[in-house]
Amino acid sequence: MAKPKVATASLAGCFGCHMSILDIDERILKLIELVDFDKSPIDDIKKFTGRCAIGLIEGGCANEENVHVLQEFREHCDILISVGDCAINGDIPALRNNIPLKECLEEAYLNGPSVYNPEKTIPNDKELPLCLDRVYPCHEVVKIDYFLPGCPANAEIIWQALVALLNNKPLDLPYEIIKYD
Amino acid sequence: MSDQITFTIDGVEVKAKPGQTIMQAADDAGIYIPRLCYHPELTAHGSCRVCTVIVNGKPQTACTQPAAEGMIVENDTPELLEHRRNLVDMLFVEGNHLCMFCERSGNCELQAMAYRLGILAPKYPYFYPDKPVDSTHKDIFLELNRCILCGRCVNASKDVDGKGVFDFVGRSIDKKIAVNSDKNLKDTTMAVTDKAAQVCPVGSINKKGTAFKIPYGSDIEHKK
Ligand code: SF4
Ligand code: SF4
Repeated sequence: MAKPKVATASLAGCFGCHMSILDIDERILKLIELVDFDKSPIDDIKKFTGRCAIGLIEGGCANEENVHVLQEFREHCDILISVGDCAINGDIPALRNNIPLKECLEEAYLNGPSVYNPEKTIPNDKELPLCLDRVYPCHEVVKIDYFLPGCPANAEIIWQALVALLNNKPLDLPYEIIKYD
Repeated sequence: MSDQITFTIDGVEVKAKPGQTIMQAADDAGIYIPRLCYHPELTAHGSCRVCTVIVNGKPQTACTQPAAEGMIVENDTPELLEHRRNLVDMLFVEGNHLCMFCERSGNCELQAMAYRLGILAPKYPYFYPDKPVDSTHKDIFLELNRCILCGRCVNASKDVDGKGVFDFVGRSIDKKIAVNSDKNLKDTTMAVTDKAAQVCPVGSINKKGTAFKIPYGSDIEHKK
């Protein structure tokens, strides 16, 4: 029987939660026995090759590309998991959420103390994904099945969740490994 | 009048002295009722509703309800667990709780309660409110993004410090903590030794220069 597939993506995140996936240390060898990685920055597969059992999402949705990727994950994955605080509550990128987008862009590209921008332009190339008005937690964009908090989500919670879900067990995470920081 | 009251919590017999609340009697008996705004040294505020128990079939806050002879109290039930989770979820989405860089993380009563209740993510949409930070005082900074309106600072400043530095202003979703000055915390009589500076359950009233004293991952409060 073919191994179940796992896909991962980093949206508006810092790749810290992906580092945590690697932080399961030598258990990564067991993980490779359990699953194949599909679309993921870990193997650099850019396009889904088929149906995936589990999708791990790091980061919230800060721009339209994040939304497209997230929707694509929802279509292709049986179980979709928000991994880390950015996916769950926006975290650091969401610090802009109570400041109007225009003000954020002007501060970043025109008014900030260290800005050098003699043309006084705010990047607007059509290749650039448009910023959303604010950063959205993933579950406010698509249905998310499970949440693994932490900044980053720690290796233990990721490992225990993957093992439980891949074995069709309920996700019964011990008190000690639930952390929001 | 008897000098002892007998009642039950989840079927366990508990003794209380006259005048004790359900919470005080439970604490004396070693039975834990989850709570947030309650502080044993301050007047109970009864505002967070996390300590809600079912008394003879009706919901009551354990921190304010006096113990009475023969009352039947339910505390540890699936319905109350759900109720408490909902309340804590609301507190998270109504503020900006980014534990990752919060000075109180690991030593915060709200965070500890969420861990205890097994909350992985709040079920409600986030508000991302725009709340002020007041760092004008030389020893204390106020970070109202994290205030849960528990009222401890209000009561401590009024009743213990005799100052009335803090009070609530506004109503409903606009309710907030304000300081007793036209300007900022530095323009009040607040001192870092005040009771009001010691009792905040979250990272809202903070002493400068004490951040991150509690190491990562070793939350000390409300451990099972
Ligand atoms: S006050 Fe508590 S819950 Fe809020 S951000 Fe700080 S540690 Fe987290
Ligand atoms: S500042 Fe702290 S003590 Fe005062 S009401 Fe807010 S949470 Fe409670």
